[in-house]
Amino acid sequence: MVNLKNKDIISIRDFTIEEILYILNMARDMEEHSYPDLLKGKVLATLFFEPSTRTRMSFESAMKLLGGEVISFAEPGATSMSKGESLKDAIKIIEGYSDIIVLRHFLEGAPRLAADTISIPVINAGDGTNQHPTQTFLDLYTILRAKGSLEGLSVGFLGDLKYGRTVHSLTYALAHFPCQMFFVSHPSLRMPVDQLEELKERGVKYSEHDSFEEISHRLDVLYCTRIQQERFADPVEYEKVKGTYRLSKGLIEGLKVKPDFKILHPLPRVDEMDDSLDETPYAVYFQQAKSGIPVRKALLAAVLGAKE
Amino acid sequence: MRQLQVSAIKDGTVIDHIDSKSTFKVASILNIHEEGKLVLVGMNLSSRRLGKKGIIKIEGKVLTQEEVNKIALIAPNATLNIIKDFEAVEKRPVSLPEELIGVVKCFNPNCISNHERIPTRLKVVKKTPVRLRCHYCERVMEGEDIELL
Repeated sequence: MVNLKNKDIISIRDFTIEEILYILNMARDMEEHSYPDLLKGKVLATLFFEPSTRTRMSFESAMKLLGGEVISFAEPGATSMSKGESLKDAIKIIEGYSDIIVLRHFLEGAPRLAADTISIPVINAGDGTNQHPTQTFLDLYTILRAKGSLEGLSVGFLGDLKYGRTVHSLTYALAHFPCQMFFVSHPSLRMPVDQLEELKERGVKYSEHDSFEEISHRLDVLYCTRIQQERFADPVEYEKVKGTYRLSKGLIEGLKVKPDFKILHPLPRVDEMDDSLDETPYAVYFQQAKSGIPVRKALLAAVLGAKE
Repeated sequence: MRQLQVSAIKDGTVIDHIDSKSTFKVASILNIHEEGKLVLVGMNLSSRRLGKKGIIKIEGKVLTQEEVNKIALIAPNATLNIIKDFEAVEKRPVSLPEELIGVVKCFNPNCISNHERIPTRLKVVKKTPVRLRCHYCERVMEGEDIELL
């Protein structure tokens, strides 16, 4: 029997296949029913030490839709940490004001430290290039809704596979099911070797490619990502790889993709996906963004022990 | 009787089967130069297992677990011999624990463990060759990336 009460949500690595499916089932329930009083009297503190609009608004909306309250600070510069206070101290103080904390931090591992320090649940809303587990849950939920199952799919990953934390976390999660994976990227943005070795050790079949066209007909799902300019120390390197791939309606229709092929993207997009794709039956990325609400509702309710 | 290339000690610890190149690294982490104990060091001794090996004999020294963990990282093939009255009373290979606490620096400058006053925590994901995953930032390090604190 899965029970996630008081569990921290820090990394997708911390979740078993049973726990993942439990959350996805609960998200489905949250999408189909409303529970306006489920978290009445509970307080969520959102601590965003790095700017984010969507993840933060999505958490706040999810909490409010379940009847809970949200507190947060105006900006990181206004906190005691800007005066040199440690994260450990700051988090201990905020623990006294809330029932659950959602934390985004530019330092990798900050949410893990927070979770080790306090006893109320901590949800990682992104720590540098490391993890963004709630994004992974909503990616899985979107695939499940679009395909009906996560078992045995052929999933392509396109774009920034080197720095893209959403890709790393999603491959880790999908390896549970297991799925066959196709990694398509510019040679300088390949999947990190340690990630590939881990997939191999877990028995996942995967292959690496330069061209999307050569594997498009084999895919059930494509997970496309933006090449993130901010991850490149050298602007010349960024210029070399940006615009390597550009998906459009014309391109996809010209390829022999499967009729129920679906494209996901964690958004925002830049020029890797043309607007013309939006109207095709392949695009599910706006549904994916919308899935943030039921998935985050499920996570809040599960770790606060409000629903089984 | 076999002629010893490095003289025997009466009581203490012998660290044997050190990969020869790592002998002085092992000596330096044990702080033996500051403790004033009798230390005998041998290098490039022939070894059936390693080809060339190093050996360190320290009179009156009992290694701490932290020191053993550090040796296991630098010289994974090393064996420890506890000597009492010129006899080896205990002999065991060094081995890494599941987690190293406060032993290795995380190589990721963006890791929280390099910014807060907390001990580092590295999980041992593979013993040969050693591969460690940071408990905090989850980055994997091996080889040259592994830096002792």
